[in-house]
Amino acid sequence: MPLDASFVGRSWPPRTYTVGREKIREFARAVGATDPVHTDEDAARAAGHPGVIASPTFPVVFTWEATREVVDDPALGLDFTRVVHRDQSFELHRPVVAGDVLTTVVSVDDIRELAGNDVVTFRCDVTDPDGETVLVCTSTLVGRAGEAT
Amino acid sequence: MSLPEVAVGDEIPGRTVPVTRADLVRYAGASGDLNPIHWNERTAVDVGLPGVIAHGMLTMALAAQFVADWAGDPAAVRSFSTRFTRPVVVPDDDEGASVEFGATVKAVDDDGTVTLAVTATGPDGKGVLGKALARCAPRT
Repeated sequence: MPLDASFVGRSWPPRTYTVGREKIREFARAVGATDPVHTDEDAARAAGHPGVIASPTFPVVFTWEATREVVDDPALGLDFTRVVHRDQSFELHRPVVAGDVLTTVVSVDDIRELAGNDVVTFRCDVTDPDGETVLVCTSTLVGRAGEAT
Repeated sequence: MSLPEVAVGDEIPGRTVPVTRADLVRYAGASGDLNPIHWNERTAVDVGLPGVIAHGMLTMALAAQFVADWAGDPAAVRSFSTRFTRPVVVPDDDEGASVEFGATVKAVDDDGTVTLAVTATGPDGKGVLGKALARCAPRT
């Protein structure tokens, strides 16, 4: 059944995530990011950052979790077991830094049907405690149509 | 920090990154994406995949890393977008799957911002990322 198009523009309650230094280090190791600005406080400060900075796709750690909660909202009607991640984008206004307290608001940017599959674009707006935008990311998921059984 | 001097059409020297099952487990833990298709052969085959596949987001992260290393400054990477066109199947051996990254300069703006069209090719020679674009800006 096609998803309810009235979900476009709807957003979910904000979630807050505190960025830990060890998580930044762990993620950097996992993606082969060897620049010391990800692991060494002194190197990060020497490069002009207030602390160790996250590698560019690190925000997926908290934005995917926030998006996943929305995907699982039964009102939306998307079956996660049939979902394929089709597109991803990050727009980084500044690097994510250890100690950042970030608020993520997930919203539905677009819903369309393509060859019987539901295609949903989720958007995460991530801000700091002053309300400044830190990053915006989008994830487009395809809910494959169920097979007739 | 300035970016390397480039002109539209220039090719950025590529690199090949091996991805093993151990890398998938490490990325699963670091990212929190514990979907078993990325570490459990049985589940992957059950859902119709040829085998365990890499997280699309891991391939994207490795591509972003390739760009960050070219820029010489991870903070220079301002945007990155891609489509996941094909899965990277990661065999249960010590070599894993090799993913080859490359990039071409698509635009150079007056303020020094460089847009790269990034490619990622799986072990079978087919592209695994589509329309991958990275924008890097020099930091002042």
